[in-house]
Amino acid sequence: MDWGALHTILGGVNKHSTSIGKIWLTVLFIFRIMILVVAAERVWGDEQQDFVCNTLQPGCRNVCYDHFFPISHIRLWALQLIFVSTPALLVAMHVAYRRHEKKRQFRKGDQKCEYKDIEEIRRQRFRIEGSLWWTYTSSIFFRLIFEAVFMYAFYFMYDGFRMPRLMKCNAWPCPNTVDCFVSRPTEKTVFTIFMIAVSSICILLNVAELCYLLTKFFLRRSKKAGNSKQQPNHENKEETKQNEMNELISDSCQNTVIGFTS
Amino acid sequence: MNWAGLYTVLSGVNRHSTAIGRIWLSVIFIFRIMVLVVAAESVWGDEKSAFTCNTQQPGCNSVCYDHFFPISHIRLWALQLILVTTPALLVAMHVAYQQHQEKKLLVLTGHADAKHMEEVKKHKMRIAGSLWWTYVCSVVFRLLFEAVFMYIFYMLYPGYQMMRLVKCEAYPCPNTVDCFISRPTEKTIFTVFMLVTSSICIVLNMAELVYLVVRACARRSRHNSNPSSGKGSFYGHKHSSEYKQNEINQLLTEQDGSLKDMLRRNSGLQEKGDRCSAC
Repeated sequence: MDWGALHTILGGVNKHSTSIGKIWLTVLFIFRIMILVVAAERVWGDEQQDFVCNTLQPGCRNVCYDHFFPISHIRLWALQLIFVSTPALLVAMHVAYRRHEKKRQFRKGDQKCEYKDIEEIRRQRFRIEGSLWWTYTSSIFFRLIFEAVFMYAFYFMYDGFRMPRLMKCNAWPCPNTVDCFVSRPTEKTVFTIFMIAVSSICILLNVAELCYLLTKFFLRRSKKAGNSKQQPNHENKEETKQNEMNELISDSCQNTVIGFTS
Repeated sequence: MNWAGLYTVLSGVNRHSTAIGRIWLSVIFIFRIMVLVVAAESVWGDEKSAFTCNTQQPGCNSVCYDHFFPISHIRLWALQLILVTTPALLVAMHVAYQQHQEKKLLVLTGHADAKHMEEVKKHKMRIAGSLWWTYVCSVVFRLLFEAVFMYIFYMLYPGYQMMRLVKCEAYPCPNTVDCFISRPTEKTIFTVFMLVTSSICIVLNMAELVYLVVRACARRSRHNSNPSSGKGSFYGHKHSSEYKQNEINQLLTEQDGSLKDMLRRNSGLQEKGDRCSAC
């Protein structure tokens, strides 16, 4: 089980996400997980071996390394990425539950069920409304919380996001205050800032998605309240359908419709 | 998620690129990413462990290494390649959006059977209209990222050449010490190689930009010089809502009923005049 397997699992969830959710997932995989695997792990690879203290006292180096780096950046990021990507599984579970219910209905031969076969149920994309809306919104909320918690943990543990070149350590068994030198501090600072920046972008995307879902919810509610007041009018429905079709053709089919002559 | 995963994501975009775009993608994957993974990473593999300074002062080695190599070439190239390849995803998103719109239209006109849905997925989008703008933006971003990274490289490592010996006097080094870099000549060769391929990619991107602009201008001038009979210029035409509604009604009431066939026949009318389709 590695990042590739997580990618497979979450790729399935992608189908039922909003467009912002899909962008978020792409940013997560390309700008965070891929950077972690391809670049950051090499930079932190020799962090303990090349942590050097100006003393010959055995054990002093180990103790000082443990004092300054209780948990390595790489492991914190890995945990952060796992926690942040798993709320999407709540949505996957809800969708699977709905599909299961529909399949059960279909097998019973229920006349309300409008699907032709089981394959269609499997392929169908559910709209984000009703209880799925609540599940989806909770998953985004959890993502936001996890991102914020980890960013705070980073800031708290490492006093800001900068990696100093030199640290002074006087933990036992070091005989006095010794100088300890961190390996590749500038490169580590650059990558820390990069990961923080992408994390902030992900937070913004999540907030935007939350706002979008809330707006859609309130619009749908006000449309329902508006429609319940009017008499159902068959001609109005035909008109709106025609308008929608006209809009779709003139927007998206201009590639092929341009140049049409009567 | 690694380079192979990125390759999977980007090869889907390839379908909707121009010919130059496909060449560019091949150059990126074969001459840059593959060379990075297969060769460059092992050249730079021991860059820190084999960086030796002429001193026994603990910490002097680390500090001098950090002073001369704030960020390693390999990481800079990895970042550059990731940032340069991702604008293509803008195009992929736009294409996915257009396909979604076409599917919606098929559903509304009652042609939502599996055959037509498959055709929507398989048919290649023409780079015209708003997709043209998205594509051009993605090419401009690519150019920008390439240029920015080449500048960063030049700022961090002036002259692109790797020295054999550097002199360092940062604390805690007791005086000016000699530090020796491992495999400087091999590193210089690979740096020059990556620089050359980066320049080739810049040239390909500029050629693609010029090609797209020329094609758009040619298409526009062809429309301007072939107005429909008795109805004035194409643009006056296109913007009149009456004409648009007539077009739509004609599409919808066509007798054989297949939307895709209609649209394909119409694009057949279009493509007779348009020979410049190198996509």
